[in-house]
Amino acid sequence: MNGSPRFTLLQRLLHWLMAICILAMLFIGVGMVSTVEPKYLVLVSVHKPLGMVILILALIRLVVRLRRHAPPLPVDLPEPLKLAAHLSHYALYALMIAMPLIGWGMLSSAAYPVKLWDGVYLPSILPQSDALHTALWNAHFYLAFLFYVVILMHVAAALFHAFIRRDGVFEAMGPALTRNEVAPAE
Amino acid sequence: MPESRRLSAGSAIGRLALIAAVVACAAAAFAYTGGWLSPERLTPDKLVDAFTPPGGAPPLGHRRNHAKGICFIGMFEANGAGSELSRAEVFARGQYPALGRFNLATTDPNAPDATVRVRGLGLMIRTPDGQEWRMAMIDPPFFPVATPQAFYELLLASASKDPNAMAAFASAHPEFAKFGAWAKSAPWTGSYAEERFNSLNSFILVDNSGAEHAVRWSLLPAAQPVGVAPEELAKRGPDFLEQEIAERIRGGPLRWTMLVTMANPGDPTADPSQPWPEDRRTVEVGTLIVQQIEAERDGPCRDINFDPAVLPSGIRTSDDPFPAARSSAYAKSYDRRTAEAADYPRTAPEASQ
Repeated sequence: MNGSPRFTLLQRLLHWLMAICILAMLFIGVGMVSTVEPKYLVLVSVHKPLGMVILILALIRLVVRLRRHAPPLPVDLPEPLKLAAHLSHYALYALMIAMPLIGWGMLSSAAYPVKLWDGVYLPSILPQSDALHTALWNAHFYLAFLFYVVILMHVAAALFHAFIRRDGVFEAMGPALTRNEVAPAE
Repeated sequence: MPESRRLSAGSAIGRLALIAAVVACAAAAFAYTGGWLSPERLTPDKLVDAFTPPGGAPPLGHRRNHAKGICFIGMFEANGAGSELSRAEVFARGQYPALGRFNLATTDPNAPDATVRVRGLGLMIRTPDGQEWRMAMIDPPFFPVATPQAFYELLLASASKDPNAMAAFASAHPEFAKFGAWAKSAPWTGSYAEERFNSLNSFILVDNSGAEHAVRWSLLPAAQPVGVAPEELAKRGPDFLEQEIAERIRGGPLRWTMLVTMANPGDPTADPSQPWPEDRRTVEVGTLIVQQIEAERDGPCRDINFDPAVLPSGIRTSDDPFPAARSSAYAKSYDRRTAEAADYPRTAPEASQ
């Protein structure tokens, strides 16, 4: 790695950890609502605590992002692509934080206990309400597909930077360690 | 872009194709997981749809099954005997608030009571540790079929216009004959208060040492069941069960004993169509006391999904596949009926919260 600016190690760790969590979450979600087999209960029991893990990581990540910022995009990147990059990042942060809250509210508004694991519950954050439950259910369902579409665009853009533009944007968040991270100062 | 990074046109197209392939594979994997590439998968939508025969109108705003019922509030009085089997607080000696619903296994919220063979009881018990135990029981001593898939096929067969559909179903599912015999021969009663309600599904109780016990449970009525001929019940008016229970409770609270039946090793825990032998050990764990009847409309149980997979710590599902299928389908029914709230015949519009 040369001197092109990268996200900090903490930011990269958070990014890849959350990438795994969020992809797992979306696949668990779309899978669990399509089955009546015993795995339904297993998937639901993972979906809820994993959602809370994502919410907590997303809030930590937001703070880190506001303090550490992101490396600047290449100066020769066309303006529309820069705009798309910025908007997609706003969308991803909004979805990472909103989806767990919507799910939590959706369960609360249906008077379901919000069970994280055996004996551990989240408090209800909304009263039972048919209208709220329906609105939150629709939001949770359709935003999940939007989330996946935004992630696919994000992946396509990352690969476009990595394979075609080869401009260091992919490497800024890439999984490889820089030299001083591999061998800390002696 | 610096010269060194520039790709040939052919190389760029190849790499773009690779990116497109990655995205397409990811989209296909998502579609596969969601079942869109597997039309044979039994989804909660298909299971809930099967309650409404083609051409029939679903009961908008109502539960998709067990659509007719009446609510009650009361308490569960645990005698402490269940603590030997489960660490759940609900089995510790004490009184815990209960909310429930007597109901009929029909998709028609206006079905005449005498026309519905199977009666049910939904129940939710809350304990001070903040946990809930929800259950939904029925009065037959065993379930008609062995698997959720077979139950789906039963719904399709009973809605089918093919006159041979039910016969074909029955021959493919021999366990169904037993249920047919029960439906024909079991006495009808004139009151919810005289019904025995059974979990049918088996669950696992986990005790303080972590040991697990496969069980089923039943609510045994304190009232003596009195058989009444169905022709006689048909003369009693379409809502006689609701009227009778509201009338009966004026004489004092109604009681059921909760009896937990323990499986012996090898008993068919995964198949609710097979009752366990009569000699299995049973433990009386407490009493359900129904203190007050509440209206179904805008009553306290209307907004509750009696999801049998909502269990406190100390009770969990077993290898019985039904609680998962019921949980999935009940949630779908709840999602639909809450979305149709405008069609529900509310008596108090401001009570929508």
